[in-house]
Amino acid sequence: MTDYSALTFTAEHEWIRLEPVSEGSPATATIGITSYAAGRLGDVVFVDLPEVGAEIANGSVVGEIESTKSVGELFAPLNGIVLAKNQSVEDSPELVNSDPFGEGWLIKVEFTELPELLTFAEYQALLGDDALTDDETDRAGA
Amino acid sequence: MTADPPPPAPVFSPLHAVHVAANASFTDFAGWQMPVRYSGDLAEHHAVRTAAAIFDLSHMAELSIHGPDAAAFLDYALAGKLSAIALGQAKYSLLLAPSGGIIDDVVVYRTGESEFMVVANAGNHEVAFETLLERSAPFDVEVVDISDDLALIAVQGPRSREIVAATTALAFDVVKPGTVHTDTVHTDTLQVGTVQTDTAQVDTVQVDTPRSAPDARSLESLKYYWSLTAAYSGEPILVARTGYTGEDGFELYVPVRLAAELWRDLVTAGEPYGLIPAGLASRDTLRLEAGMPLYGHELSLDTLPAQAGLGRVPNLSKGDFVGRAALENAASAPTALGAETGGAPSAFVDEGETHSPSTPSRVLVGLVGDGKRAARAGYPLYADDTPGGTLDNAAGDTHDDPAPAPIGEITSGVLSPTLGVPIAMAYLDPAFAAEGTAVSVDVRGKRLPFRVTPLPFYSRKRA
Repeated sequence: MTDYSALTFTAEHEWIRLEPVSEGSPATATIGITSYAAGRLGDVVFVDLPEVGAEIANGSVVGEIESTKSVGELFAPLNGIVLAKNQSVEDSPELVNSDPFGEGWLIKVEFTELPELLTFAEYQALLGDDALTDDETDRAGA
Repeated sequence: MTADPPPPAPVFSPLHAVHVAANASFTDFAGWQMPVRYSGDLAEHHAVRTAAAIFDLSHMAELSIHGPDAAAFLDYALAGKLSAIALGQAKYSLLLAPSGGIIDDVVVYRTGESEFMVVANAGNHEVAFETLLERSAPFDVEVVDISDDLALIAVQGPRSREIVAATTALAFDVVKPGTVHTDTVHTDTLQVGTVQTDTAQVDTVQVDTPRSAPDARSLESLKYYWSLTAAYSGEPILVARTGYTGEDGFELYVPVRLAAELWRDLVTAGEPYGLIPAGLASRDTLRLEAGMPLYGHELSLDTLPAQAGLGRVPNLSKGDFVGRAALENAASAPTALGAETGGAPSAFVDEGETHSPSTPSRVLVGLVGDGKRAARAGYPLYADDTPGGTLDNAAGDTHDDPAPAPIGEITSGVLSPTLGVPIAMAYLDPAFAAEGTAVSVDVRGKRLPFRVTPLPFYSRKRA
């Protein structure tokens, strides 16, 4: 079960989770794509993520998520520096489908300023009929 | 597949409600809302390779050709010799333009002595029907679009024969007069004899044995690219051992009002064998592994059959047919149509010409790569002159020209679910088309190495 209220979203169907950090440390966020995006792509078979240390600029393409049928681009949702990429997801791209909000996370980023992002309610409104349900992650993994 | 005018209101399959209930995702295909996947592309793909899956192909176009001149008409209107196929037999063929280019690729079933069914692609429904209608004028034949009357359900995979046999509401021991005649075997033998001597001898032996006559109407003895008429809820339906997946399988042409019931019966019968519903996404990866061309990707009005590896489909030993003269001219020219564009090396003909992957004289090849990254339709191909095929700057280092001309273009590509490597089909300049030639593909700005490999990428083990 995912606690969506702890997440913020982009219109490009990415989710951002702010990580708790000790005082004085730079703010960090974990980034992934939503179950809606994973479902639209189909079975993910290849994930290309930015290298650790790479500087990413809000709105730029920093990675690719390929399914059997199509290619999805990963947009940087904020300005920052890549702290970690999910090696497991590069080795087992199906994690993006089976657990998009958990094991299927993509990158961790250090940032100083947060741009305006969508709240869960706003993202749900954007999805309309396709709004996420509580069992979304279970269904995506079925 | 490219930008067309916005389609009118979507057309729904007669099985749409069944798909909605099965939680399918839908996609637009030639104006139809068809299932693109149910559980997942990969699971559906693997089901076809290892067990079975059921597909709704009701978007395909069915055209009925009947009348005294039906066989002669098809010999003229299509590239193959359809008069040579026997009652119950199916044949892959091409609808050619006078230029020799491909208007559509079709499967033709002989359903009577003077009766055929031509199955065309959904995207070419109108043009195929209108072209056939136009060409039928001098013949005593009727061309009728029966697409609205028929749904098409495919069961594909190694367990498909058992599944169709286990569908108890389908009766194969009933032969309807006027559909599959009792003299099927006899006709079969005669026709096979005219086409292929070796097979004819084998078949003649079978015909001489008394048991072969009933066998010809049973599911067990139905051969690949043959069909028979079964009874379903008291109505005749055409059951063909054909498909587009590279596996054994069946295609069932059923009246629209019986389609949902037949689908459910097949699903029920198939569940113990591992059958699941599958969508167009897996259908595409399956046909690509099997090296089968898809209209709009490998085939187009600018493609000659020989370029697409279909040089044996047109039958030049029969009488005149539309496209014949163009094919004969192309065959006698030194480099097919390439010579007519001014004799420039084909690599430099690209600019200013109509943009088609199959630019004159290019040929269709299979490509296989390393890693996990697919080369997709429209990506350009470049010569790879670097020994060992390093990834970056391969072409740039060995040529002074900063922007070398592409030597070809990908028409279809995917990370093969069965083989685990990227596979693609592409049109390539003939100089680079030899098996084993290393080429590089521009995958969204990165050059990735591929090599030419024979088609198909995947063949099932045949019993």
